[in-house]
Amino acid sequence: MASRPFTLYEKVWAAHVVERRDDGTCLIYIDRHLVHEVTSPQAFEGLRVAGRRVRRPDLTLAVPDHNLPTTARVDAAGDELPIADPDSATQLAALRRNVAEFGVPYIDALAAAQGIVHVVGPEQGFTLPGTTVVCGDSHTSAHGALGALAFGIGTSEVEHVLATQTLLLSPSKTMEVRVEGKLGFGVGPKDVILAIIGRIGAAGGTGYVIEYTGNVIREMSIEGRLTVANMSIEAGARAGMIAPDDTTFAYIKGRPMAPTGADWDKAVAWWRSLASDPGAVYDRTVVIDANEIAPALTWGTSPEDVVSITDTVPAPDSFADASKREAARKSLDYMGLTPGTRLQDVPVQHVFIGSCTNSRIEDLRAAAAVAQGRRVADGVRAMVVPGSGLVKRQAEAEGLDRIFTGAGFEWREPGCSMCLAMNPDKVPPGERCASTSNRNFVGRQGPGARTHLLSPAMAAAAAVTGRLADVRELMTETGNA
Amino acid sequence: MQAVRQVSGRAYPWGAKNIDTDVIIPAHWLKTITRAGLGRGAFETVRAQPGNVFDDPAYAGSPILIAGDNFGCGSSREHAAWALGDLGIRAVIAPSFSDIFSGNAFKNGIIPVVLPQDAIDRLIEVVKASGGTEAITVDLETMTVTTPFQDRFVFALDPFRRQCLMEGLDEIGLTLARDTAISKFEAMLDEHRPWIAGETDASIAVEGAGRT
Ligand code: SF4
Repeated sequence: MASRPFTLYEKVWAAHVVERRDDGTCLIYIDRHLVHEVTSPQAFEGLRVAGRRVRRPDLTLAVPDHNLPTTARVDAAGDELPIADPDSATQLAALRRNVAEFGVPYIDALAAAQGIVHVVGPEQGFTLPGTTVVCGDSHTSAHGALGALAFGIGTSEVEHVLATQTLLLSPSKTMEVRVEGKLGFGVGPKDVILAIIGRIGAAGGTGYVIEYTGNVIREMSIEGRLTVANMSIEAGARAGMIAPDDTTFAYIKGRPMAPTGADWDKAVAWWRSLASDPGAVYDRTVVIDANEIAPALTWGTSPEDVVSITDTVPAPDSFADASKREAARKSLDYMGLTPGTRLQDVPVQHVFIGSCTNSRIEDLRAAAAVAQGRRVADGVRAMVVPGSGLVKRQAEAEGLDRIFTGAGFEWREPGCSMCLAMNPDKVPPGERCASTSNRNFVGRQGPGARTHLLSPAMAAAAAVTGRLADVRELMTETGNA
Repeated sequence: MQAVRQVSGRAYPWGAKNIDTDVIIPAHWLKTITRAGLGRGAFETVRAQPGNVFDDPAYAGSPILIAGDNFGCGSSREHAAWALGDLGIRAVIAPSFSDIFSGNAFKNGIIPVVLPQDAIDRLIEVVKASGGTEAITVDLETMTVTTPFQDRFVFALDPFRRQCLMEGLDEIGLTLARDTAISKFEAMLDEHRPWIAGETDASIAVEGAGRT
């Protein structure tokens, strides 16, 4: 029987329906559950109080990241150093206790594989195409880069998944974001996703699951796709997905938790069938011309406040919408910016290269290419925080750490770090940070902190010039100028 | 979740309106690891004031709280319901509740009872007049709030939520009742997508032999 063409999202959704209810909500099976220290303690406690167990520890993986300081974790003798903040120490200790009590696979703070949940999942082969992936963190959307349906959940839902391996959900609408053309010199995945969010707005994806398509996405590495899918939530979308292809399979093959042997062949055959069918219908389609994307950054306190580095700070009156004008006035006030100022004239005091958006090996290579042979400008504190211990090790094998430290960057231990002001890495009030993370909300990097989101190469350019800078002026088409 | 058919006992005759979740449990209690113990932070700013209703020996330890309009407004933090539960409150009577709070209350076995303002006024009067000695009864069987003085107020609840409270069914319990369907799905997974199931050995993770 001929059936109608389906989208990637519809296929993955349908493959996980345990039961459909009369009101259209579905009990959806969860294949992969990532757990970290901040959103899990009360969930484990709930299980304990109710005398419940974790239904499928084998589909669960825990790793600490949010609270963990990114300074050295062991002393010269190899003994674990204590964590100064008592609340953080308590949450981290609780995770260790909970995973032991409930038999949940766990990557300890001191293990080489430790890192940010959204870096660790793909890196370990835990995240696979066609799976449902959840985590108590909104940037779980990152895992959609491998063709998973992945989204963030709250603590009650964490407990629900631990106990039942399912969630009760309503289906989302679908949006295709097609990026076609050729990316210009100095333009990368972060610029692409910033351009997308700038175009559809921070609430533009509300109620939708986005599928990213087009030759630009197809030609992107998995690292780049992870950057794009990671920020789907900043466009308001429930999740972002990219159809799995040969690039995906090559990335996954041989990873510690990836399928092997006959399972691998069977898996790849199924994964290939997941791509959206020709003629599949999306509720909305947005087409982005890659040729028009310039190195991008944010000027305000919403991720939709995107401009190109050659622009000036916009005037609130330039916005058609009255509420946006008001929001822009507030943003500019908070950001300490005057309309008409060239963004390239804005000095920065901090540079943060890290977070689950941009802390993988390609991100560090891109930043190192700009940093090489240069010095961090006076008055700038610049830090590089690898997304995992394995990224760190790889970067050190390539000598990237020496490029960074030689240029005056700090080279830190893996974790969420300055992405959110929950661990000791914070931006002081009123100071400005060029950041490769994903949120520029008021107070996100510390009370009063001013955040500009941009790519790793642009962040490195800001570090060595001491201002928001056009990375293209620091590069030649063949590499570092 | 513990089943609740009836809550009977003394009540806090508070009546304050627009109590937000920050008043119920201030933000600095959120970096905790348990639901238990949050009772100590419940209404912290209110309790800092002398003569407050929560520390009045006539009412302390009551299982019922009588409040004003729009109880539980503000953030979505489930900590608010956890804090009330930890304080020993099993029913809140108010003219209206924020949606998110009443959802969280149900999830945690606390009955949000909606009664009109004049009923609230009368209940507060009864409680105060008796100095906390007379019990108020919230009954889910009859859907009434009664006092020893022949007062009888009828309230309404979503039938499904009422049943959940009376049978002690939380959302997880309800899903676990679908265990056969979930197990059937898992059997299908094992057959058609055998790569999904992992080793059951919790030690699989992981000294990093992987790559970036
Ligand atoms: S790096 Fe930031 S966005 Fe990513 S998981 Fe950590 S806190 Fe969340």
